[in-house]
Amino acid sequence: MFEPVLLRNMEVPDGHLLATYEAGGGYQALAKALREHTPDEIIDLVKQSNLRGRGGAGFPTGMKWSFVPKRAGKPKYLCCNADEGEPGTFKDRLIMERDPHQLIEGMAISAYAIGAETAYVYIRGEYVLAIRRLEQAIAEAHAKGYLGTRILGSDFSFVVHIHCGAGAYICGEETAMLDSLEGKRAQPRLKPPFPAVEGLYASPTVINNVETLACVPHIVARGPGWFRGIGPEGSPGPKLYCLSGQVLKPGLYELPMGIPLRELVEDHAGGPPPGRKIKAVIPGGVSAPLIPERGLDVRMDFDSLAAAGSMLGSAGVIVIDDSTCMVKVATRIIEFFHHESCGKCTPCREGLNWVVKVLRRVEAGQGTPGDLEQLEALCKGIFGNTFCALGDGAAMGLRAALAHFEHEFVAHIKERRCPFH
Amino acid sequence: MREKIEAAAARYPDQRSAIMPALLIAQKEYGYLPGPVLEEVADILGVERIWVYELATFYTLFHTAPVGRFHLQLCDNVSCMLRRSEDLLGHLEAVLGIERGGTTPDGLFTLSTVECLGACEMAPVMQVGDDYLGNLDIARIDALLDRLRAAAEQATDADLAAAGSAGK
Ligand SMILES: Cc1cc2nc3c(=O)[nH]c(=O)nc-3n(C[C@H](O)[C@H](O)[C@H](O)COP(=O)(O)O)c2cc1C
Ligand code: SF4
Ligand code: FES
Repeated sequence: MFEPVLLRNMEVPDGHLLATYEAGGGYQALAKALREHTPDEIIDLVKQSNLRGRGGAGFPTGMKWSFVPKRAGKPKYLCCNADEGEPGTFKDRLIMERDPHQLIEGMAISAYAIGAETAYVYIRGEYVLAIRRLEQAIAEAHAKGYLGTRILGSDFSFVVHIHCGAGAYICGEETAMLDSLEGKRAQPRLKPPFPAVEGLYASPTVINNVETLACVPHIVARGPGWFRGIGPEGSPGPKLYCLSGQVLKPGLYELPMGIPLRELVEDHAGGPPPGRKIKAVIPGGVSAPLIPERGLDVRMDFDSLAAAGSMLGSAGVIVIDDSTCMVKVATRIIEFFHHESCGKCTPCREGLNWVVKVLRRVEAGQGTPGDLEQLEALCKGIFGNTFCALGDGAAMGLRAALAHFEHEFVAHIKERRCPFH
Repeated sequence: MREKIEAAAARYPDQRSAIMPALLIAQKEYGYLPGPVLEEVADILGVERIWVYELATFYTLFHTAPVGRFHLQLCDNVSCMLRRSEDLLGHLEAVLGIERGGTTPDGLFTLSTVECLGACEMAPVMQVGDDYLGNLDIARIDALLDRLRAAAEQATDADLAAAGSAGK
């Protein structure tokens, strides 16, 4: 049986309090890290574990940390990406609400590894409860000497601040997040320089997702071999899957990386409502291209999903049953990207505006025979030509919907109505 | 407000970083962010006014126009849409007699649709003030409106005066 670690305090009453966390062995990994390991050794442990970032792109965490220059002559920063704007995703919220110390301990160990003394948690402003719990947890950790100066009698000092976002999906993109933290409009920056070298206030900065950081104490406590022993070699570890949409048991599930999507949806999340069949599943938040029912045997890890033409992304699994119009789903997804486009580059700003207009028309039964070619052409103009991955995500999502459900688009245009209404 | 903003600003090496936290503080204080409040924020932080305007108009949680006493923010992104948030929107529009984006004439309710609230496991979801309300259906929405109306009536005259003068 797989033993959940990230969610082990989820159902525990007062799981958000320090006393509960300590009773479960909390902060012993931090103590161990400070007592037994140099920062370089921690980076090495994380490299050996093969932990890949849980924020979407799956970049190896240990490698990212090793890019931080050892002697920069400037303060270094750790930023925790708790913006969680990807529709279908709610894992980071639940970690912060129910087990915030797990994140704080992970941040302290990570900061020690990269040599940062200050961290900002960039958390979306809507998450009022998570913000309150995290504030409380930071204060508790301070009072107990897990944060602050000379932590646990070592030479390591570290403080964590919360920075609340104000409702813009693009803030989740790491370089836009840095601009937002610097008090500017959140717009992505040109890379290189990469944040590890020149990030917040032009200082070396590591940006990691909440779940990524929450994995770190467990890697230190149980060893990289334990982590690598779970799931596939190329992207191992325990993983949080967010299940939502037309499924009987929506919720947050911790299971190994590489679990078949079908097992996740049908066994763990209870499958579609009675009398319904699954039509398609979005495996990684709306940026991830959807997978039609026949493709559900794919494994849920970075490499398998990429090979299947989709992405693990944020592991926001959205289940769509056969009562749903795919043109409507595609339209709503593109409306989201259009609304959230930061406006910096033309293919995204203008292209998505146009795509939304065409899709709305098709959905309303007013499409014209040339509309599908028009959409293809627009996707071609957007994909690969945008400044950040937001535009790419939108184009990939639409292409998948067009490829797998072309008949539904065609039916809307031919019948001049939505066949589902 | 000044003390709160100054305390927030102490967390950053650069005052410009404190604009966003300062706007959140100011909005809590005044209910929304009219021009003079934006200018006050700029003055407290000693930063360019244009920087403050820039942020107040970029981020969706900042309101430069007044909103109702209770802001009903219904998510209509994919996971909520798949669980029929649309029906709830229709119902809210009908019973409140306003369209999305509107405010009731008594100033009690503003109705908005928002992008994913990050709580899709309890779709359909609505945020009201600081609270998330999930697994919504029409009965729950009606109960909520009754509760909010009752809360508004119970508020003392002093509360109402304070709420009414907010932002003036
Ligand atoms: C448009 C866009 C939105 C993103 N939103 C998030 C987000 O909400 N949370 C997150 O952790 N990463 C998000 N990312 C990915 C981050 O840019 C970055 O890769 C990640 O935070 C790195 O952390 P990790 O290495 O721990 O995964 C987003 C990327 C893009 C392009
Ligand atoms: S792709 Fe869209 S979100 Fe990204 S920089 Fe361009 S306009 Fe902004
Ligand atoms: S889609 Fe509504 S909360 Fe995520």
